[in-house]
Amino acid sequence: MIEIKDIYKSFGDNEVLKGISGKFEEGVTNLIIGGSGSGKTTLLKCMIGLHQPDKGTVLYDGREFTQLNFEERIEIRKEIGMLFQGSALFDSMTVEENIMFPLNMFTDQPRSEKLDRVNFCLERVNLADKNKLFPAELSGGMKKRVGIARAIAMNPKYLFCDEPNSGLDPKTSIVIDELIKEITEEYKTTTIVVTHDMNSVMGIGDYIIFLHEGKKFWEGSKEEIAKTDIEELNDFVFASRFMKAAKGKF
Amino acid sequence: MNFTNFGKYILLLKAAFRKPEKTKIYLKAIFQQMDFIGVGSLGLISIISTFIGAVMTLQIAFQLVSDFIPKTIIGSVNRDSSILELSPTISAIVLAGKIGSAISSEIGTMRVTEQIDALEIMGINAPGYLILPKIIAGITMVPVLVIISMVLSIVGGYLGGTLSGALSAAEYVQGITTDFNPYTITVALVKAFVFGFIITSVPAYEGFYVKGGALEVAQASTRAVVVSCISILACDYIVTQLLL
Repeated sequence: MIEIKDIYKSFGDNEVLKGISGKFEEGVTNLIIGGSGSGKTTLLKCMIGLHQPDKGTVLYDGREFTQLNFEERIEIRKEIGMLFQGSALFDSMTVEENIMFPLNMFTDQPRSEKLDRVNFCLERVNLADKNKLFPAELSGGMKKRVGIARAIAMNPKYLFCDEPNSGLDPKTSIVIDELIKEITEEYKTTTIVVTHDMNSVMGIGDYIIFLHEGKKFWEGSKEEIAKTDIEELNDFVFASRFMKAAKGKF
Repeated sequence: MNFTNFGKYILLLKAAFRKPEKTKIYLKAIFQQMDFIGVGSLGLISIISTFIGAVMTLQIAFQLVSDFIPKTIIGSVNRDSSILELSPTISAIVLAGKIGSAISSEIGTMRVTEQIDALEIMGINAPGYLILPKIIAGITMVPVLVIISMVLSIVGGYLGGTLSGALSAAEYVQGITTDFNPYTITVALVKAFVFGFIITSVPAYEGFYVKGGALEVAQASTRAVVVSCISILACDYIVTQLLL
């Protein structure tokens, strides 16, 4: 479980996060949603230590993270898997080398064992025969899946996904969403997905936090979000014509 | 580079020199960088050094037209100029353009495509993994390239002088072997070591802190070359002042 308490973050005079708290349970898909500039990616970066919050704490199963230095954070970071918006695969490495990279850095397993793990992860994301390809040779959806394979290579307890569907067609988006949900339930990871894709929200959102102007405006499940009367949330959820037409049918 | 940037540069170097997570992986990266910096630049350095040596001989011969000055002096002047100044400094400036821009754009692209964030999330010391192998490769391979440059510059002087008829082969050989002071080699290697550090660390710094996209990566690359060249010239003066 990951718990955040009263997170504040500013960039100069721009106060991006204004006291956000929440609990993200394991084995369920937790979503952070909100419009552009609402602070969801900043919150994610504060949680994983890419930004230092001005105030507040992040607890990984009760272990305080924000006040730790680089060396002290390493043990927790080994338990984190992250899927980036642009996949962030290492250009100079093949798919196999990308997935094997954290194993090479942090384990002393023989190469055959590491290769087995790589193949297992690739099979898990349905890319079994793509070991020797470079990221430049992959489509957007395949890159995301390799990103997921790399994220789960170390058997993470915590899985973070930043806009996993951005730039993907609707069909591939559903595949990625389903994959994230399956991995979360199968490995009982604490999964946090940052998104503004309403298909993801309605598809995999077990627990949802809605951010608006840097504050937590609402929290609940996908069933609850469809029935909300809060104007700001309604404006966000039912912004598209499709969602407007589907209102009341969820 | 203002004081804030200089402070960030020092902190980045401090992070880069942290204990590596896996020595074997770092060693592999060091050898890859040595290949890129050393072997990859050998052709360019060879061509430039040979031509500079040849041109230097012709220009010295053109200026020293006096019956009171023996032609062997041409060889001596070419040798000392090549060893003390031209080989280390010109090589370093050329390498700053070739290697510096490559390092800056590589690391800058990794920054804007979140690859550096990915390293940090994994618990890997990104400055150490990305910058330390480049610095070690720079401070070892640039002196090697400078030694090769010295030899080729002197050989180029021989070719330029003899082919043009500015002086005979015997005069040139006598010139380069007369009053040779081996200490000049030490000075040149100290310079090469310092320049190797600058050529790799300054562009790495510029790339590591890029914010934005392709335009900012290109700007960082240009800035890396400019700052490296100025730093090389400033350090050239300081090292010369201290050692000669």
